Amino acid sequence: MQKINREVLLEKAVALLESNTVSCVLGWRAGEFDYDVTPFVFTDAADLKANFVWNDFCGANFSKYLVAKTRKHEGKILVFLKPCDTYSFNQLLTEHRFDRERVYVVGVPCEGMADINRVKSIAGDGISKIEFEADAMAVSTLYEDAPIRVSYADALSERCKNCKSKKHVAYDELLGDAGDVIDSNRFDEVEALEKMTPDERFAFWQKELSRCIRCNACRDACPACTCEKCVFDNPASSLENKAPANSFEEKMFHIIRAFHVAGRCTDCGECSRVCPQNIPLHLLNRKFIKDINEFYGEYQAGAEVGSRAPLIDYTLGDLEPGEVFDRGDR
Amino acid sequence: MLKCSLQNVNAAFARIAESMKLYLPVDRGDGKTRFDVWSEGKEWSTALNTERSAKDFFFPQTENLMEFKTEGKKIEVIDIREENEVFVIFGVRACDVRSFDILDRVFLSDPVDSFYKNRRDHGIIVSVACGKPAETCFCSVFGIDATSPAGDVTAWRTDDAVYFTANTEKGSALLALIGDLCEECGTEAVDAQRAKTQKILEKLPLKDLDTKNFGGGKTKEFFNNPLWESLSSTCLGCGTCTFVCPTCQCYDIKDFNTGNGVIRFRCWDSCMYSEFTKMAHGNNRLTQTERFRQRFMHKLVYYPENNEGIFGCVGCGRCLSKCPISMNIVKVMKAMGGNEND
Repeated sequence: MQKINREVLLEKAVALLESNTVSCVLGWRAGEFDYDVTPFVFTDAADLKANFVWNDFCGANFSKYLVAKTRKHEGKILVFLKPCDTYSFNQLLTEHRFDRERVYVVGVPCEGMADINRVKSIAGDGISKIEFEADAMAVSTLYEDAPIRVSYADALSERCKNCKSKKHVAYDELLGDAGDVIDSNRFDEVEALEKMTPDERFAFWQKELSRCIRCNACRDACPACTCEKCVFDNPASSLENKAPANSFEEKMFHIIRAFHVAGRCTDCGECSRVCPQNIPLHLLNRKFIKDINEFYGEYQAGAEVGSRAPLIDYTLGDLEPGEVFDRGDR
Repeated sequence: MLKCSLQNVNAAFARIAESMKLYLPVDRGDGKTRFDVWSEGKEWSTALNTERSAKDFFFPQTENLMEFKTEGKKIEVIDIREENEVFVIFGVRACDVRSFDILDRVFLSDPVDSFYKNRRDHGIIVSVACGKPAETCFCSVFGIDATSPAGDVTAWRTDDAVYFTANTEKGSALLALIGDLCEECGTEAVDAQRAKTQKILEKLPLKDLDTKNFGGGKTKEFFNNPLWESLSSTCLGCGTCTFVCPTCQCYDIKDFNTGNGVIRFRCWDSCMYSEFTKMAHGNNRLTQTERFRQRFMHKLVYYPENNEGIFGCVGCGRCLSKCPISMNIVKVMKAMGGNEND
């Protein structure tokens, strides 16, 4: 369960809106159920009070929205950012994608966000109500007389299980403490893939990527994908492609995308969260992050604004391409 | 009505698969379900529905339409259409079965889409009644009875048996194939199961979604509604809703350069995409708000206007569970004029 409750965030948002410190609030809006919250730009305090929500299903990373919203809205935008979101925020600032002065960041501590698919795998379909109790969610369904208790640990999404940092690296104000970078096991799955033979690895990705329906949700949610016009949307590029020519063509799209965000990806995990086909896309990006760490020393994109990422920096100690090639042979 | 005990179901599948391809929902092993070709050892999933809709069988994501081969200044046009073989889609839910009617009205009206028609003519649909609808289901809003779906054959699955009844000649012929594995029976078990499911349907949270404010002739009423802007304010512009939707039917036709010719293919397109329906003069929907509005106006106003009031949604709930920002047709309908969102 989240340590800070809705009222604390709401009070902050209403105060900032009513004092005209900000002109709008990027927050979460209640949905039809207790889990289908929608990112929303609130401009009205009464609307905020009625519909603002903060719970364990507020997973969306708001950083990318700032690129479009700072252009659209007058005045400052209040944005609530969880620790992992702040890395994307910094990375976007590093790339000069929006004006920092137009944003008021309130840092919200995060205990990890739930994945409704995990909840459903335990409680079953037909969820009629979810109550957030101290140690577990009480999930009522149309099919069980009593609520089913789902622990927060069991409901946790993959990216939060492997949370890399509880540290807020960008904020104007905090609703908790600044947090720390934490140890995670986020490269374990990558290591398992590295240990496979090339054929096994190919089979793994073929199985996963052949499910892709090319909806572009991964790209559209990705805070590192902010090109004004994506090459894959550009009819003049000759690459524009709305659908795969065969069941594995998607590997090219995903590999190209992973290369494009390499060194800029903060490992926020939005790609896998939004994928309607449940493809573990974050593993491609994590492989690049792991390689960068091993080749050039530990580097976390977005840890600070303005850092020179290893892939766009040159030092005399950089490894030679041949070494990478040899490594691939092993 | 025929009764086939669950022990005999695999034998029935095997019998059908002897003479035609049989597709059915199979669990993928990660909690998700998809249609797969039946072969020995594949189990018919008990999941409520497949992740992707059944429209793929008649309107696949990509298909080649024709080829051109060039040699010097000569161009040869090659018709690559092939006659399909008969196939069975087993276990289609009521919502998806209705989606075929909605697609038919587009693809089978003049000019008839011969690619779609070919598949449609060769497909035998065995629907299956729902027993455990999800909170995201709202097919009843569109007049669909989840306890008695349409199709060439309707099936009901209980704890110990599957009950079949044929609705068409195609369906009767299919059931004749497995007649010796079934026994004639009355409707008591099916009636009981239907009654049980009806009770659950009455408890579904979205069952009272109001459609009466939408329909043909309402373009002016809704087109300039300021709510489109706020509802779409965080839409990512991805194509998830359109690609998981059983009734979305838009496609693009493109040419693939083979080096010595061209393969002309079509692929699903999405009104959410920035280059959707881009023409020589440019693009007629420049913002995501306009694209977002198009999708819902199409389902709730334009389609019914051209199709005797039938809505372009079947309430399957896929967009509700798949949209990355959880924005969907239910939220749009409630905000724009359905019943109050409490």
